[in-house]
Amino acid sequence: MSTTNPHVIAAGTSEGGQELLSRSELTAKELFREVGAVLRMSEAEAAALAEIQTEAPEDQTMIINMGPQHPSTHGVLRLMLELQGETVLRCKPIIGYLHTGMEKTGENLTYMQGGTNVTRMDYLSPLNNELVFSLAVEKLLGIEAEIPERAVWMRMLLSELNRMSSHLLFLATNGMDIGAVSMMLYGWREREEVLRFFQKVTGLRMNHNFIRPGGVAADLPTGWRDDVLDILALLPSRLEEYDILMTGQPIWRERLQGVGAITAREAMALGATGPILRSTGVAWDLRRDMPYLRYSEVEFDVVVGQYGDAYDRYAIRFNEIRESMRIVYQILDRMPGGNYRIQNKKVTPPPRARIDESMEALIHHFKIFTEGFKVPEGEVYVGIESPRGEIGCYIVSDGTSTPYRMHVRAPSFVNIQALPHMMRGGLVADAVAVISSVDPVLGEVDR
Amino acid sequence: MSDLTESAQETVELQHGCVVTSSLGQRVLLVPRDKYVSVVKALADEGFDICIDLTGVDYLNMPNRVVGHQIAPERFEVVVNLLSMSTRQRIRLRVQVPENDCTISSLFDVHPGTEAHERETFDMFGIVFEGHPDLTRILMPEDWDGHPLRKDYQQGNIPVQFKGSHS
Repeated sequence: MSTTNPHVIAAGTSEGGQELLSRSELTAKELFREVGAVLRMSEAEAAALAEIQTEAPEDQTMIINMGPQHPSTHGVLRLMLELQGETVLRCKPIIGYLHTGMEKTGENLTYMQGGTNVTRMDYLSPLNNELVFSLAVEKLLGIEAEIPERAVWMRMLLSELNRMSSHLLFLATNGMDIGAVSMMLYGWREREEVLRFFQKVTGLRMNHNFIRPGGVAADLPTGWRDDVLDILALLPSRLEEYDILMTGQPIWRERLQGVGAITAREAMALGATGPILRSTGVAWDLRRDMPYLRYSEVEFDVVVGQYGDAYDRYAIRFNEIRESMRIVYQILDRMPGGNYRIQNKKVTPPPRARIDESMEALIHHFKIFTEGFKVPEGEVYVGIESPRGEIGCYIVSDGTSTPYRMHVRAPSFVNIQALPHMMRGGLVADAVAVISSVDPVLGEVDR
Repeated sequence: MSDLTESAQETVELQHGCVVTSSLGQRVLLVPRDKYVSVVKALADEGFDICIDLTGVDYLNMPNRVVGHQIAPERFEVVVNLLSMSTRQRIRLRVQVPENDCTISSLFDVHPGTEAHERETFDMFGIVFEGHPDLTRILMPEDWDGHPLRKDYQQGNIPVQFKGSHS
């Protein structure tokens, strides 16, 4: 399809612009259709909304761009807002500024290398990305039941700690966006404690590539239990500080309560998952409802809200940190011994020491790291609960060592489509609070 | 997809007139293109009321693949993942889309949340979703040439395209 002829490229394709058009350029029908599109409603439903003024005078409304370079748009999100005074009439998220073709890249990386690619999508919860990719590959290989217990519990430990670090960062950015700048420092500070543990375990603060098909890359380092206990001992008092600083504070409540409200029906129609769906009162958490790993064996509560507003989403994430801590305590109690990766020579590289002694080990090592391992033909979808909602991985294998197609169902990509619904009729000053409460990661939105 | 051939030889299970197969224990429905929207609607009434994911696959390099019972493989495939919260089940729909008529109906009226997914699939594969309210590119620039996730999209040596430049 592509061509190197610059003239053909300049001619371009003509699918039309992605921007929000001004009212003078739209007929009433087109306006309804567009409102329907951004609000995800049928044309008839959109037309039934009495407050959409098709005849709104052009000189009273104004279309402004928020982003892509705005400090509180969490990366390179661009919103086109149509304002009447300070009220948002229409809103359209325009994405793609961070698109780097990661799904295409994934088709050229072996299953062994694929983790380095997916971990960079949602860069605030990299371990969950690796986990869903590994689970999908293991299902294709048919080895999902053979993963050693220690690896499974290590994955759970890392996944929950990652949820905590991600939510701590949410508290930081949410605070910053609302104006509680000191919260930003606190949130980053506590998150750093978790990342320091990740660095000790995986060698990197982010983009770990630690959870791999077949298990994890290395065993937990000595003293890991004390490190985790240190984090768990530190957090409760810090969380209480946040509670004093934010939860009960009148200004904080004024800024968040009733802002960006969404109903359960709307959230489900839009496919929103995670804290956004739970804020509307739908108790849906894949960890409990469709358990993976050993989540069925640990006790935790699914935190739900009631009003579906920004305050509920804040409170849910806040309390999910506490639930994650509860799970981590149980994991510490139950962490079994044994192997941290499957002893299947076709999937797992041999230990370093074996390479010096055994020719076969050297060959296996070389084969796995150069051409990778072959995965039987088939297609599979696996979904898990990331801090932002359901992250899914759909892999089609053609029997070679690279995926034929690797698609990631990114929760932020779907959740961000709920923004127009949440912002409609609100104030432009609340737009920042709404974006923040969705907690999008643009690396994952654009992939 | 050898397990699909085996199950095809046995008695074929049907749901809403579509062949049900299993891929590694996951329930997959092979839906003809003309029944696509009505099947999704019927499944939504049955409880599969959330559309979790919609994406495409370009099977250009796998022309001889076996899809399932009496279903002719086509170049493109639209894959839809539905979720039922009440029964805690997932179901996957696979729809064959031929290369020479690269269109399929939009799911917008049943699941409005697929709007972004359909735009992405259109952007990446050039599959046109009829009835979609705003079918424009979503991730690539609007004047981009070609559909990157197609298997015949030329990789490497692609000149960097800047919007508005004439070089």
